[in-house]
Amino acid sequence: MIAAIAIGLAAGVLGGLLGIGGGVLFVPGLVIFLGLSQHQAEATSLLAIVPVALVGALAQDRRGNVCRPDALRMGALSIVGAAAGVALANVLSGAVLRTAFALLILLIAAQLVRRTPKNDPNAPKKA
Amino acid sequence: MAIGTAAGLFSGLFGVGGGTVIVPLLVLWLAYGEREATGTSLATIVFIAAFATAVQAAYGNVRLLDGLLVGVPAVGGVMIGTWCQQRLATRSIALLFAAVLVAAAVELLLE
Repeated sequence: MIAAIAIGLAAGVLGGLLGIGGGVLFVPGLVIFLGLSQHQAEATSLLAIVPVALVGALAQDRRGNVCRPDALRMGALSIVGAAAGVALANVLSGAVLRTAFALLILLIAAQLVRRTPKNDPNAPKKA
Repeated sequence: MAIGTAAGLFSGLFGVGGGTVIVPLLVLWLAYGEREATGTSLATIVFIAAFATAVQAAYGNVRLLDGLLVGVPAVGGVMIGTWCQQRLATRSIALLFAAVLVAAAVELLLE
């Protein structure tokens, strides 16, 4: 229980700092520290994302950063894709899914290193 | 809007939000600014994650208590992270985080 709370807090802090979704950390955290299967971890991560995205979206909406019609349209159209993605995940074996996920987070790590150059013009002013 | 469908597929398959897909596509295809892309992506993810959770629940994979124990503290974590972001050099944190991801990937590959 404490491990779950720690995963949530840590993933949240890093996500907020770097603008990365929590799921990228929820899934490996749940597999490595809570011993969930890859399928259970992915499913549970999706649930954990809901409150995080909801609070974030409301905050962004207050600042006028949400284009509501586009968000609604994409949300509605994602239903087919999400159902297909979940179905696909469930026909793959845990080992295959885990390997694919490991490759995904390696890609995200590479992207993270690449997109933060030393003299980032968007870096915080008080750096 | 193919972005929604693609993001849903990605999210459902990997159990992540889909922002990795949505944000760059909004910027590239729909000429969104970075802020609007992030905000709109978050709102879309609420729908994607809620729906994908429901489908995963039908497969019996969702651990309700663990999901809440992770997700609710994460809300507080994001607030702390966002607050710190204005006050810290993110370069070193990004590199540290990349290292954490690589370590997690290796661990997953070895499981």
